[in-house]
Amino acid sequence: MKLQLKGVTKRFGTFTANDQIDLTVQPGEIHALLGENGAGKSTLMNTIYGLHSPNEGEILLDDKRVTFDGPGDAVEAGIGMVHQHFMLIPVFSVTESVMLGYEPTKTAGMIDFAEARHRVQEISARFGFDVDPDAMIEDLPVGAQQRVEIIKALSRDARVLILDEPTAVLTPQETDELISIMRQLKEAGTSIVFITHKLREVRAIADKITVIRRGKIVGEALPESTETELASLMVGREVNLATQKEPATPGEIGFSVEGLTVVSGSGKVVLDNVSLSIARGEILCVAGVDGNGQTELAQAILGLRSAVAGTISLDGTNLRRMSVKERLNAGIGFVPEDRSTDGVIPAFSITENFVLDQYDQQPYSNGVAMRPSVMREAAVNQTSRFDVRLGTVDDPISTLSGGNQQKVVLAREMSRDIRLFLASQPTRGLDVGSIEFVHRTIIEERDKGTPCLIVSTELDEVSNLADRIAVMYRGVVVGIVPGDTNRDVLGLMMAGVPVEEAYTQAEQHHTILGEADEEAQA
Amino acid sequence: MSEQPTQESVAAVRAEPRHEADTHLQPIKWKFPITYVLLALLSLGAFTFLTPSGAVTQFRLATATDIVTLPAANLPSFATALVLSLLQLGLGVLAVVAAARRIKLGLWHPMLFGLLFVLAFLVYAGAGRGAFIPVVTLLAGALMLSVPLIFGAMCGLVGERSGIINIAIEGQLLAGAFLAAVAASFFTSAYVGLLAAPFAGAAVGGLLVWFAVKYHVNQIIVGVVLNVLVIGLTSFLYSTVLTQNAEMWNARQQLPRLPIPGLSQIPIIGPVLFNQTILVYLMYVIVFALHILVFKSRWGLRMRAVGEHPKAADTVGINVPRTRVFNTVLAGGIAGLGGAYFTVGQGLAFGQEMSAGQGFIALAAMILGRWNPKGALLAALLFGFSTSVGQVLSTIGTPVPSEMLLMLPYVITIFAVAGFVGRVRPPAAEGVPYIK
Ligand SMILES: Nc1ncnc2c1ncn2[C@@H]1O[C@H](COP(=O)(O)OP(=O)(O)OP(=O)(O)O)[C@@H](O)[C@H]1O
Ligand SMILES: [Mg+2]
Repeated sequence: MKLQLKGVTKRFGTFTANDQIDLTVQPGEIHALLGENGAGKSTLMNTIYGLHSPNEGEILLDDKRVTFDGPGDAVEAGIGMVHQHFMLIPVFSVTESVMLGYEPTKTAGMIDFAEARHRVQEISARFGFDVDPDAMIEDLPVGAQQRVEIIKALSRDARVLILDEPTAVLTPQETDELISIMRQLKEAGTSIVFITHKLREVRAIADKITVIRRGKIVGEALPESTETELASLMVGREVNLATQKEPATPGEIGFSVEGLTVVSGSGKVVLDNVSLSIARGEILCVAGVDGNGQTELAQAILGLRSAVAGTISLDGTNLRRMSVKERLNAGIGFVPEDRSTDGVIPAFSITENFVLDQYDQQPYSNGVAMRPSVMREAAVNQTSRFDVRLGTVDDPISTLSGGNQQKVVLAREMSRDIRLFLASQPTRGLDVGSIEFVHRTIIEERDKGTPCLIVSTELDEVSNLADRIAVMYRGVVVGIVPGDTNRDVLGLMMAGVPVEEAYTQAEQHHTILGEADEEAQA
Repeated sequence: MSEQPTQESVAAVRAEPRHEADTHLQPIKWKFPITYVLLALLSLGAFTFLTPSGAVTQFRLATATDIVTLPAANLPSFATALVLSLLQLGLGVLAVVAAARRIKLGLWHPMLFGLLFVLAFLVYAGAGRGAFIPVVTLLAGALMLSVPLIFGAMCGLVGERSGIINIAIEGQLLAGAFLAAVAASFFTSAYVGLLAAPFAGAAVGGLLVWFAVKYHVNQIIVGVVLNVLVIGLTSFLYSTVLTQNAEMWNARQQLPRLPIPGLSQIPIIGPVLFNQTILVYLMYVIVFALHILVFKSRWGLRMRAVGEHPKAADTVGINVPRTRVFNTVLAGGIAGLGGAYFTVGQGLAFGQEMSAGQGFIALAAMILGRWNPKGALLAALLFGFSTSVGQVLSTIGTPVPSEMLLMLPYVITIFAVAGFVGRVRPPAAEGVPYIK
């Protein structure tokens, strides 16, 4: 189906999020939408999907003008959407989530569960996804939740499919799967709007690229453009995709965990005797396929999960018996992997979110009294240092774009004196310009002498930042290797191959990605 | 590993489940086993050894209508209490062993334990009194006292599952009782009263949801205000219209009992469960229907979606305000029906504030039952039963002061909510207005 926007404008108060947007997506076209955080991509998609009504302009489907009162109308008209922030209900099963709104029923409105489960299985089999239809959403890792969202959109047989950053939390393999799904859909004539910050993906699959900046269309690009060209078109300046960094000058050990073991609620060992140590002025990245214990490691260090054995020591003090609050006060700066549930309180203002873990500390409070003006001033300064695109710091943080919310979290954690910087997926959902900035800031933090522990499933990020890399597999640290270890070796270790064996095997066989990297270097 | 893992094999490895734990396990939870053992010891120490030796406890098991009249049971108090207590101790030890071996016991365990404990208490309380403990009266009283609670709890859970906190159950019960009495009296038919009652409850529910959905007013405040409004309005009408012309507006009408042939003659439970009015049979149907519909029907699924994450429901085309309005009004109807039990259900005239706080206990039952129809039913029955035990025992006279017995339901509530429910999780979006 052909989707056409003419002069679509969306304002929030005095702020114009979308300004006179004209866009045409032909049937069977994959149209990539690029833009920095806060450019207005999600707003535009929500407008198409009927979640917002545009202030001006019109939407045409197959050259007929349509107006939507709500998403129900949009779905009726054949539009499907995968939202940037998941629209899943934690206490529902996968089957229930997928069928909601389109339940197959028997007599008297009773749900045909067998049929619904069958549909989920059929779609996941057709597209090579691996999800358990009976699993509860809240028990699934984010990557699996993302797959459920995609299955949900696919199950509606949409003729216009909007994918808002569907690959932000997918592993490279899953992204490959999604790309082949998109190709299949394209063959069948579905029009697809695809939003991502990963330029490699855009180049791989897009038929057409439109770039938005500050609510306006600033240009179109060909899929043949280089990543650097795309990046500078998006951000409006030159971007260094690979961060420059001096070699680390590690000092004494600042942070270490010894024999850390964590058991899940159902009695499974999710972290098995993990030992790591990080020197001051060093970045240790934890790599691995999502769901191999990295999340639990970060949670155990912060105290969100209790460890059954082991020590966690920061500057020589054992943190293991301390509360989360005490650990934060001991100097842990923490960036959670899922900002929307663990990083921010959506209804609180940006200022309040900015002091969320320090509101009772100097200088934000004085005894029992908080000092709102100091808080506000700090929030204003730091958000502008981190280039957060916002209206005022008094707005609820939920009005910020996803990437900008992430920047607020980073600004909060990095703007105080910390003894350990601990971040899970610090650049999830950020645009290339912001990634560059965040990486630079993390390296500055390192150079101040802070030990940094970065959990990331992005190999690009890992090789950009790491001084040393710890690879995790099934709750165990497979090995710790230097920061410049090649992708092939890392990939093998991520599948559980021990270090020496990984090196020998990697000598003998090259993967396509690894070869491409070597060619690029040559 | 001979061949090199490719991308696919990495994905395949990920799909495999993690290996089961063998070394480190979650710490064992000793809270429940220890509670059981302590309760068993209490039963042994207090109910057994404080029983005067040679005393007899008499249970009457029959009513006049039974086909097979069970003889009264005369049990030697000490020996019976001893046996019951030892059985409890056995269950307690079983719980300890099961915990140590990490075996999960089914629901039968706490239920059997509770039954034994209550029996031991009754044996002790009735020991040497020379009076019968009327088992059928005890159970029938329990059901009778539970009826409004069950209706109220069902009303609460339908509303809250769709995201509207309903503090106004009390007012809905009272409104239902009032309209049932007035309509029944005016048309001199209890059935007309029964038909009218749901409309009163639904009207209160409609007001609640109108303020909540249209004006986003805090739902707790609206609920409290509605309670006060209904109490004020019914009291005013009672003291003016109803008392001036009681013949016309507030004459007693009673729903007839409709014993179900066969079933009602089963010893003990027959007269309790199957010799009831249509209202009680309706209650069975409503509870059973909700038990199925909340989790297995389209209506239930959508209702829960709206109560958990309205925006997600909106994105799949579910009309959030409409769902909330419909369900809250429907829930109000259920509570109104429950209110009819106070008047036409028991053949009483309307009296001021006759719902006497039952709406709030119903709310507690709903929470105790974790927003599940089955759980709420059991919780409401527990309240009804403990009240009934208190009433029966205070009539036959016991060593325990009757004031203490009247405290029983509330003590049970506190213990149940604090200890046994554990983590309760209300619908995530309850009380939160949905603003686009
Ligand atoms: N409901 C709202 N009220 C006020 N401002 C809003 C609202 N929703 C979005 N905005 C603002 O509109 C701008 C565009 O946000 P949008 O979410 O569309 O960005 P985006 O391009 O999707 O960014 P990202 O890549 O970070 O997801 C942001 O500056 C944001 O603060
Ligand atoms: Mg977005």
